Amino acid sequence: MGYDPSDPLKDRITDIGPKDYKEFLPNVIKENYGKWLYHEILEPGVLMHVSETGGKVYTVRVGGCRLMSVTHIREICEIADKHCDGYMRFTTRNNVEFMVDDEAKLKPLMEDLEGREFSAGSKKFPRGGTGAGLTNIVHTQGWIHCHTPAIDASGVVKCVMDELFDDYQDMRFPAQVRISLACCLNMCGAVHCSDIAILGIHRMPPMLDHENLDNMCEIPLAIAACPTGAIKPAKVDGKKSVAVKNERCMFCGNCYTMCPSMPLADEVGSGVALLVGGKISNRISEPKFSKVVVPFIPNEPPRWPSTVDAIKKILNAYVDDAKKYERIGDWAERIGWERFFDKTGLPFSEHLIDDYRFAYTTWRQSTQFKF
Amino acid sequence: MTRHKTPLLDELEKGNWPSFVSDMKQEAEAREKTDVDLQTPKECVEDLLGLLELTYVDKVVHWKHGGIVGVFGYGGGVIGRYCDQPEEFPGVRDFHTMRVNQPSSKFYSSEYLRQICELWERRGSGLTNMHGSTGDIILLGTTTPQLEEVFWELTHNLDQDLGGSGSNLRTPSCCIGKARCEFACYDTQAICTAFTMEYQDELHRPAFPYKFKFKFDGCPNGCVAAIARADMSIIGTWRDDIRIDQEAVKAYVGGEIKPNGGAHSGRDWGGFDIQKEVIDLCPTECMSWDGKKLGIYNKECNRCMHCINVMPRALRIGEDTGASILFGAKAPILEGAQMSTLTVPFMKIEEPYEELKDLVEKVWDYWSEEGKNRERLGELIQREGFQKFLEVCELDADPRMIQEPRSNPYIFWKEEDVPGGWDRDINEYRKKHQK
Repeated sequence: MGYDPSDPLKDRITDIGPKDYKEFLPNVIKENYGKWLYHEILEPGVLMHVSETGGKVYTVRVGGCRLMSVTHIREICEIADKHCDGYMRFTTRNNVEFMVDDEAKLKPLMEDLEGREFSAGSKKFPRGGTGAGLTNIVHTQGWIHCHTPAIDASGVVKCVMDELFDDYQDMRFPAQVRISLACCLNMCGAVHCSDIAILGIHRMPPMLDHENLDNMCEIPLAIAACPTGAIKPAKVDGKKSVAVKNERCMFCGNCYTMCPSMPLADEVGSGVALLVGGKISNRISEPKFSKVVVPFIPNEPPRWPSTVDAIKKILNAYVDDAKKYERIGDWAERIGWERFFDKTGLPFSEHLIDDYRFAYTTWRQSTQFKF
Repeated sequence: MTRHKTPLLDELEKGNWPSFVSDMKQEAEAREKTDVDLQTPKECVEDLLGLLELTYVDKVVHWKHGGIVGVFGYGGGVIGRYCDQPEEFPGVRDFHTMRVNQPSSKFYSSEYLRQICELWERRGSGLTNMHGSTGDIILLGTTTPQLEEVFWELTHNLDQDLGGSGSNLRTPSCCIGKARCEFACYDTQAICTAFTMEYQDELHRPAFPYKFKFKFDGCPNGCVAAIARADMSIIGTWRDDIRIDQEAVKAYVGGEIKPNGGAHSGRDWGGFDIQKEVIDLCPTECMSWDGKKLGIYNKECNRCMHCINVMPRALRIGEDTGASILFGAKAPILEGAQMSTLTVPFMKIEEPYEELKDLVEKVWDYWSEEGKNRERLGELIQREGFQKFLEVCELDADPRMIQEPRSNPYIFWKEEDVPGGWDRDINEYRKKHQK
């Protein structure tokens, strides 16, 4: 009994949706659903939530890789069976949470998690990611499985998290810091409102595969895909194709998304841009976009040292200078962006001045600047 | 691990943070040893490592552009992927992704996850993403003939459907909500599941101009990033008073309770100063502290959550709760990044959610009619104006919807705005006004 390729529609089941979340709630969650009174972070990576029934749930948060094997998931299941009645949860930022209903169960769980390492020595379940510290980096697919990336994702994340490992396990920052990575401008993981965004960008216009373009692409769609109108129909050696006005190209890659015969990615041309100061929360200040502060860093596999270094510079300046509760963007706005570049030591260049749709709103129309 | 040397990737096994390379290697080894009757190439994980190593040398990706594959009757949920060096890496020649619709807020039983593991070890690569950016479980890499097999087993044996991709409704997602958060202003998990079930057709069969995302945040802290990432952002709020426990406030002031739930304990910030850390940081200056009693002038509060975040044992969200509804967020492609715009300041969010569904359907009708190919809702609203959007939603304008009134006076008056309309007679005019 199973799928029958000769009769694909036989007994077909569709449109049944996801599993009901209620099946997966541990008892202590079920009993206190909607009754939570307050919470406390007992130590980095350990939360206690207290309910009006007197019930308590203790959560241990550990970091994980977005890319995860079934062997590793089975290990998570084994831990959940041993300590948590067979339940666990994943956060939106690729962390894993193990929950217990009794403080006495906490220590054995934490010790068990702490002792587990991959064969080459990295931690399988580092505890942390809470409060005014660094939590896990959300990211996109990168070189492992995407077709339009300018940079890798998992590898860059690994290098940044290795360097900032202590801050994942600490809460010494003025406020929480959310780092996100998108491996191209499509941003399938939208990073445009992150404290620090690592973004893959291109610097070379598309190459044109005239030989195959008309067969592989809908030319009108490729032309319509360009936000600056840089693509025009053209005939090359008698074949229908397109021409690109290179000086109009803003390297967004939207043409390649529509037309496989216009690849942009390049060993030298593609790399990393860094954006900072975005946030999603409405806390104190309004949500805001991240701003580009490093226009380009070359791809440096396997350890991306320049990217890691620039992020450390930003974080060090922030930690030294920001007030309690200030997010990176709040801090930069208070001290002024000219001061941000002073304090971080990042160079400013004309690439960082907006010249797209809403550019004027980001230029300074006042004499209120700092020397 | 004998098929390919991976000296560059081996560098990513160093350091403390969990190494995805080590994890892939352990999976490759498990596949080598397993007695499961694998339906996909045994060497696919090794070949994926080899392909990634080659990419680390070349610095340009080795996946071909796209690939149209899917399961019968669905227009989403499967992402086609083909390697551009199939001779050297036959194990990942075709290596498609399947998106599996996650349960609300991603709680799992080990029993269920083991079933997923068993299925994906046998019929896929044994590699996943827990989770993808939109929230789905991503099953990473299988061959074309296995797609229908996996779908059949998911639906028949696991009672589990695929998620969205392409110009579909994308898999809705929500924060942890009432399951384990005292700030949840409505039941995000319940409505996320209810909307996913209600709109199964839109989720599986592309009929929109482009993607459409619902995200459900339980409060203005925004843990699931609705305001930045969803075409329709449902963000919990309340319209009565913040509940105050004055004794607990005193306990915070007296240093008996750690502020901010202990979130700043990694550094010595000095004793808790309620004036400096709460009263002075309130964005609307609607709070006061006289040494004994905390005052909140709730009418002026904009519910930013700061005071509640700092003193969760003393302050609680109000009791008349619901949500603000905002529309139009998206990443920069193409017209620039947008955040969602406040459209309905307050709506009660209660089953069966008829009011909200009515609004969704009005918006979809408009966008389906007027949206251009690959135009997100937020871009359409920009192009045709917020006034038009309000008309579509049958809502009256409200100053809460704007940051500030317009500074240019170029109002697009409509004929019906002017008493008597626009019909005039130039000859009548000339009787009074010479040429």
